Amino acid sequence: MTEPTLLSGRGLNLNFGAIPALADVDVDLWPGEMLAIVGESGSGKTTLLNVLSGRVAPDRGIVRYRDPAGQLHDVHAMPAPALRTLHRSDWGFVHQDPRQNLRMSVSAGGNVGERLMARGARHYGDIRGAALDWLAQVEIDAGRIDDLPRTFSGGMLQRLQIARTLVTHPRLVFMDEPTGGLDVSVQARLLDLIRSLVARLRIAVVLVTHDIGVARLLAHRIAVMQRGRIVETGLTDQVLDDPRHPYTQLLVSSVLNT
Amino acid sequence: MKGYNFAYLDEQTKRMIRRALLKAVAIPGHQVPFGSREMPLPYGWGTGGIQVTASVLGPRDVLKVIDQGADDTTNAVSIRRFFALTAGVATTTATAEATVIQTRHRIPEKQLREDQIIVYQVPQPEPLFRLESSRVETKRMHGLADYGLMHVKLYEDVARFGQISISYDYPVMVNERYLMSPSPIPAFDNPKMDMMPALQLFGAGREKRIYAIPPWTRVRSLDFDDHPFRTINAPYPCGLCGAADSYLDEVVTDDRGGRLFVCSDTDHCAERRAAGHVGTDGFQEAAE
Repeated sequence: MTEPTLLSGRGLNLNFGAIPALADVDVDLWPGEMLAIVGESGSGKTTLLNVLSGRVAPDRGIVRYRDPAGQLHDVHAMPAPALRTLHRSDWGFVHQDPRQNLRMSVSAGGNVGERLMARGARHYGDIRGAALDWLAQVEIDAGRIDDLPRTFSGGMLQRLQIARTLVTHPRLVFMDEPTGGLDVSVQARLLDLIRSLVARLRIAVVLVTHDIGVARLLAHRIAVMQRGRIVETGLTDQVLDDPRHPYTQLLVSSVLNT
Repeated sequence: MKGYNFAYLDEQTKRMIRRALLKAVAIPGHQVPFGSREMPLPYGWGTGGIQVTASVLGPRDVLKVIDQGADDTTNAVSIRRFFALTAGVATTTATAEATVIQTRHRIPEKQLREDQIIVYQVPQPEPLFRLESSRVETKRMHGLADYGLMHVKLYEDVARFGQISISYDYPVMVNERYLMSPSPIPAFDNPKMDMMPALQLFGAGREKRIYAIPPWTRVRSLDFDDHPFRTINAPYPCGLCGAADSYLDEVVTDDRGGRLFVCSDTDHCAERRAAGHVGTDGFQEAAE
């Protein structure tokens, strides 16, 4: 890797009372790379995602982000307005439940256009055009642009959330179980969509999932978490084909046996 | 005025409100919390405006009170009598003679001057409240000047109706910093707020908020570049005075579809009629 890292966490520690949610976690992410964080429920995956994205402050440790100008920022020392600006332009967050992110009382087009308007877009025609373009990219029929999200199916909602997030062309997207709660055929289609969009736009992604299959399909690198620690990390194929840590072996074998 | 402190409120309360007013003037468009008192009229009748008026009123002030532009409606009459009784100040219906004007739902047609104060009664000070239910979140949005959500509402209007359909309480940007509710005045009156020579004070009694626009401050109505802000008014001249440029009320005159469009600003209309202007329905009235 000759390029400098886009995002790096060093020595991250966070305790919830007596429970160590994160223990000495180091993470690196390079531009355009997709990193999967896998592990069972309660292993600290989502906590790590929240700490990396600046939403939750760690007890100890530092998260650094390199902006397009090459400047390094300590994410947790950033002033709130700067972090918010980052979150609505350079970064994106895709939730497991799209209802957390979407505005259910606002039309699909309005949902996609919100980040543009928050960034200062003031030309209705342009915003409308961008919304139509992005609905097409996530395979939602243009005729649905003025429909409310509550008339959409689960898979459509998730695709709408992705359009809403990617409309500002972020460099880094955090995804928390983006395919959770969807049936298998819809999952496959969504994974395909995420993979092609991310590759085409060269977006770096931190993906949290408990599904080894999703990680294998999407991620370049994988980090396996257990009780707040990263127990194994490496290239996805390497880790999954030749797991070294007993816990990773257990994870992989439990998937292959089903 | 026997039995009452000057202008009803006690001096400590007035000082507290004046401190809030000073802060509000210093940060144009920013909502300042204040300890709103129980007033001898119900919420929604102007408890916020009346407290602000009580705090800025001096013995030599001349007070005008309007409700929907009219000086002779219940709300206007009772608030005017309230201050005549408790403060003993002179009252007037003529916009030019007043030093303090308390208003509900209108700005007078006559251009206000630097030596005048206009006090608005505000039911809901938070312009984002229909869009974001959490007050914690709206405060954060104001703090960070994060107003994309308001434009989402405008976007929805254009997508659904082909135009921005807000006809009153049209959101404005004050001094290019704070998003502000202008209180339920018609969008027709929004341009009057921009660079107004008079001091504009806003009081919301139930919501316990005060905000202000200092004289000569930029007030911009939100819009899109390709759907610019425009005012809406009935396409008729006033039936009584013939004015073509004032905001009109529609009055139903019979049960056979008869209607009359008249100036909502009664003082403006009366002044024009006194100067000899007559509308199409004005003649009939004079002939009867």
